[in-house]
Amino acid sequence: MELVTTKRFNTPNSHKLDTYLADGGYGAARKALTTMTPAQVMEEVKKSNLRGLGGAGFPAGMKWGFIPQNNPKPKYLVVNGDEGEPGTFKDKYILEKDPHALLEGIILCCYAVGIHKAYVYIRGEYIQQIRILQGAIEEANQRGFLGKGIMGTGFDLEVVVHRGAGAYICGEESALLESLEGKKGYPRLKPPFPAVVGLFGCPTVINNVETLACVPHVIAKGGEWYAKLGCERNGGNRIFCVSGHVNKPGIYELPLGIPLREMIEQHAGGIRNGNQLKAVIPGGISSAILTAAEVDVKMDFDSLKAAGTMGGSGGVIVMDDTTCMVWTALVAARFFAHESCGQCSPCREGSGWIYRILRRIYHGEGREQDLKNLPGIVGNVGGNTICAFGDAVTMSVGSYVQKFRSEFEYHIREKKCDVKRENYAQTNH
Amino acid sequence: MDPIVAKYDKKQAALLPVLHAIQEKEGIISQESEKAVADYLGIPVVHVREVISFYHLLRRKPQGKCHFAVCQTTSCALLGGEEMIEYLKQKLGIQPGETTPDGKFSFSVVECLGACEIAPMMQCNEDYVGQLTKEKINEIIKEYQ
Repeated sequence: MELVTTKRFNTPNSHKLDTYLADGGYGAARKALTTMTPAQVMEEVKKSNLRGLGGAGFPAGMKWGFIPQNNPKPKYLVVNGDEGEPGTFKDKYILEKDPHALLEGIILCCYAVGIHKAYVYIRGEYIQQIRILQGAIEEANQRGFLGKGIMGTGFDLEVVVHRGAGAYICGEESALLESLEGKKGYPRLKPPFPAVVGLFGCPTVINNVETLACVPHVIAKGGEWYAKLGCERNGGNRIFCVSGHVNKPGIYELPLGIPLREMIEQHAGGIRNGNQLKAVIPGGISSAILTAAEVDVKMDFDSLKAAGTMGGSGGVIVMDDTTCMVWTALVAARFFAHESCGQCSPCREGSGWIYRILRRIYHGEGREQDLKNLPGIVGNVGGNTICAFGDAVTMSVGSYVQKFRSEFEYHIREKKCDVKRENYAQTNH
Repeated sequence: MDPIVAKYDKKQAALLPVLHAIQEKEGIISQESEKAVADYLGIPVVHVREVISFYHLLRRKPQGKCHFAVCQTTSCALLGGEEMIEYLKQKLGIQPGETTPDGKFSFSVVECLGACEIAPMMQCNEDYVGQLTKEKINEIIKEYQ
């Protein structure tokens, strides 16, 4: 198969402008700015079936099309690089290895939509990556790839890097906007959607880093070519992040629609120590967990949705048969309780309540009633909150309890674990 | 603060970068700084405090010269992250959120830092350190002693 977004990752100095230019970099932006209309660029992205690769999987071209063109207010592009979904680490590599591909994608999006200012919001811990992107922007500004009159055309674009400060919720697009405006990251009620009322009350496109880094390839080789790389309605490849109990954890650029089993066994080196596969989180901690019997699922947004989970952020966390599912549910619940922003009561109170129940079950203090109450408590968070965080609590924690119920029952009945535990003898809950 | 504010179309948007800059220079964000930032950006000081308390990378108390932020989320936990946390507690004689009496070390337990491929991992000041073992932790501590 053909590598697209990660193709340059092993080139020495891949992050430098000269290396990027030597590899044909900024060719797509030049082509667009000099030979295509903005509408043609948008049309090509629509044809490519490029989906939002941050988590929601929303068609990118369609999202751009939602920006009202007759609004007198300025328009913005906000790039979501607040990569915080547990199991996800792909944007870090793009920022580090190919920052100019991101910048070129930004130019193309801004040209298509008529935007002259873009903010790139990067999680505060990615200090090195922020420096690298900052350096790339400076190089691009000096050499006329950003700033006034890009590449000798009349198109102006300013790109500003904004460093986050450590809050998972700011990866949610409206919380990210609040954060960027200098406030605490509380998600906004929608509608209005950011396309109409976004940053500073103006129409705003919000795209993930990886989504934008794909756009130069779409324009260079055409939307139809790009669409064919993936599967139906899911264009292109995707950078999957595989971690957990596999022999070769890391990033794998693979076509959307690749079977999960193939990804684990043939690409990520299979399960460690010759152990058996037990469960997989297919799209970041917010997605429903899959059992070993479910791993023939195809890894595109639509197939995963049909399987009752989601493609999410592409973070694949693999667990072998030494894993206690009550404990992993507890780790997930602890994450949600810790990262709930506190704005909506069902999520703020529910996530803490779920965590406390799972903690006592895990420690052998569970009650018969706990397992009866859990589905109701878990189910009442999702759908009752401003943002999708509540839905994630329901989908994620609910799936452990539903699919591995016997382990929860065993913990309550026998007051201990029935799996051999090797690597987590200690626990600090 | 002027060059930072100049990048933003609304003044208040410069709040996080301004707070980051102050913290980098002074190690903490003091009450005096909160007041100065509020005055400069034309926002209530309580808003500045609210933002500082919301984001865990912003702090009003100093941390150690060497700060460990150890990940406790799924991928790290699956590969022994919790053991590393217990070991650090024992080795440094402090609990998460505390600093050693000599001011050299502090540590916090954090959620996913986006480096699950090198689990179990932690951030040591600016750098990510992966495939953590007790030996590796000992080496880093020795380096900063």
